[in-house]
Amino acid sequence: MGELRLMKGNEAVAEAAIRAGCDGYFGYPITPQSEVMEYLMAEKPHERTGMVVLQAESETASINMLYGAAGTGKMVMTSSSSPGISLMQEGISYMAGAELPAVIVNVVRGGPGLGTIQPSQADYFQAVKGGGHGDYKMIVLAPASVQEMCDHVKLGFDLAFKYRTPVMILSDGAIGQMMEKVVLFDPIPRRTEEELIRQNPWAATGKPKDRKHIIITSLDLDPAGQERVNLKLQAKYREIEKNEILYETLGCEDAEYLFVAFGLSARICQKSMDLARAKGIKVGLFRPVTLFPFPVKAINDLGKKVKGMLVVEMNAGQMIEDVKLSVGCSIKIEHYGRFGGIIPTPDEVVHALETQIIGG
Amino acid sequence: MTEEIIIAGFGGQGVLSMGKILAYSGVMQNKEVSWMPSYGPEMRGGTANVTVIVSDERISSPILNSFDTAIILNQQSLDKFEKAVKPGGLLIYDPNGITRIPVRKDINIYTIAAADEAGKLGLSKIFNMIVLGGFLKLKPLVQPEFIHKGLEKSLPARHHKLIPDNEKAIEIGKGLIQAVQVMN
Repeated sequence: MGELRLMKGNEAVAEAAIRAGCDGYFGYPITPQSEVMEYLMAEKPHERTGMVVLQAESETASINMLYGAAGTGKMVMTSSSSPGISLMQEGISYMAGAELPAVIVNVVRGGPGLGTIQPSQADYFQAVKGGGHGDYKMIVLAPASVQEMCDHVKLGFDLAFKYRTPVMILSDGAIGQMMEKVVLFDPIPRRTEEELIRQNPWAATGKPKDRKHIIITSLDLDPAGQERVNLKLQAKYREIEKNEILYETLGCEDAEYLFVAFGLSARICQKSMDLARAKGIKVGLFRPVTLFPFPVKAINDLGKKVKGMLVVEMNAGQMIEDVKLSVGCSIKIEHYGRFGGIIPTPDEVVHALETQIIGG
Repeated sequence: MTEEIIIAGFGGQGVLSMGKILAYSGVMQNKEVSWMPSYGPEMRGGTANVTVIVSDERISSPILNSFDTAIILNQQSLDKFEKAVKPGGLLIYDPNGITRIPVRKDINIYTIAAADEAGKLGLSKIFNMIVLGGFLKLKPLVQPEFIHKGLEKSLPARHHKLIPDNEKAIEIGKGLIQAVQVMN
């Protein structure tokens, strides 16, 4: 068993990056995720593993540093919160187009605009449906605990390199700020230059005489070429949908109703489930862990068994669209949400289930 | 066993660190814990609060609307959280600065004059540990050996020389807690 610690979600992200063998972190401070870089700076990872930690002059600079470093095959990460992630969208689209692996952590706060610094899930659409321009997808992981904040960094790097794609960890201010028990995985040494070159033949690592230039770009002025790029990306996304879906179910065996929620909302629903079951309501919980790829089939299967679903999100109704697309129109599916940094309480959610789904 | 606690007071009273020491002691005793602070503008000069859950089972929501125990260190927090104590639950408050005392009849109420005592001892920094001691007297969730380990883990090494003072404060708190209203 790994080392046991009590940590904030943000600190767990930072420690996990060092332990995963990350080569570089580029970021710019913003509440509620500033502890990621604070922790990294205090830990001096350059002395521990040789990892570079750099405060960029802006989020736009961070994402472009990420692009450059990822292009050389390095394992790199950035983190920010909603307004900062908005600034990164151009770079993320370029990275998806150039097929560059990286982990991008969004510790979401309430929006739109500068909004608030309190937790929110209102960036679901931005993360899952694009955000930047063009037909691209990121793999999106939604941690619901500090332990998953740690584990998803390692998983994120694995997936990023397996598919050569940016991976987003979509967290929120509460999971970033709260402390829980974490079992840290054992440190993995950073890859040597030789390993990096061998594992990433696509990377711009310096041109030997016996092969052509490697060009990292998302530009192809020939539309036929650009269509080929798009077809390749789409084939990759279908492959990801086939292989990488993760979700968790709780109390679904005998459930007549279902809460569907990701991240922090799923934790709240777990408590709501206990409260509702104490009243004799048979309700279960379905928690997508990957938001892209979305667990379409699993949720469709459950849709054939239950009478109704309440989708609980800290937004005005975003994931509910994917739930409805997955299930169809056969049962009642409603949304319950709070916005702008307000977190729904467990009994509020039970009340919503009773009034919107059971009594509605 | 699951104990759901809110600790609330002014920023600077050591609310968050009291919660952290309790949570870390729980980790050392192999419990599941969560520590969910208020953060941001609330922390900066205003009120501060933290929800701490210590449990033998996996913890569901770290955000709660009712609590087994409320530990209250100022009037605003009393006004806000007295109603959030579960019926039969526990409310502990420091009477220093309290002008409107609790009125609930369906909960257990105790006072702990920790601010006065810390002032007398000239140890204002360990005020929060006196309060923690009072709580642990009523609900011994974690054993002293694990509190020692919790202190070691939560305090930076340069402050480890203060651990004996902290432990002494916990003991003082155990003697200082007083019943106001106890349910049968």
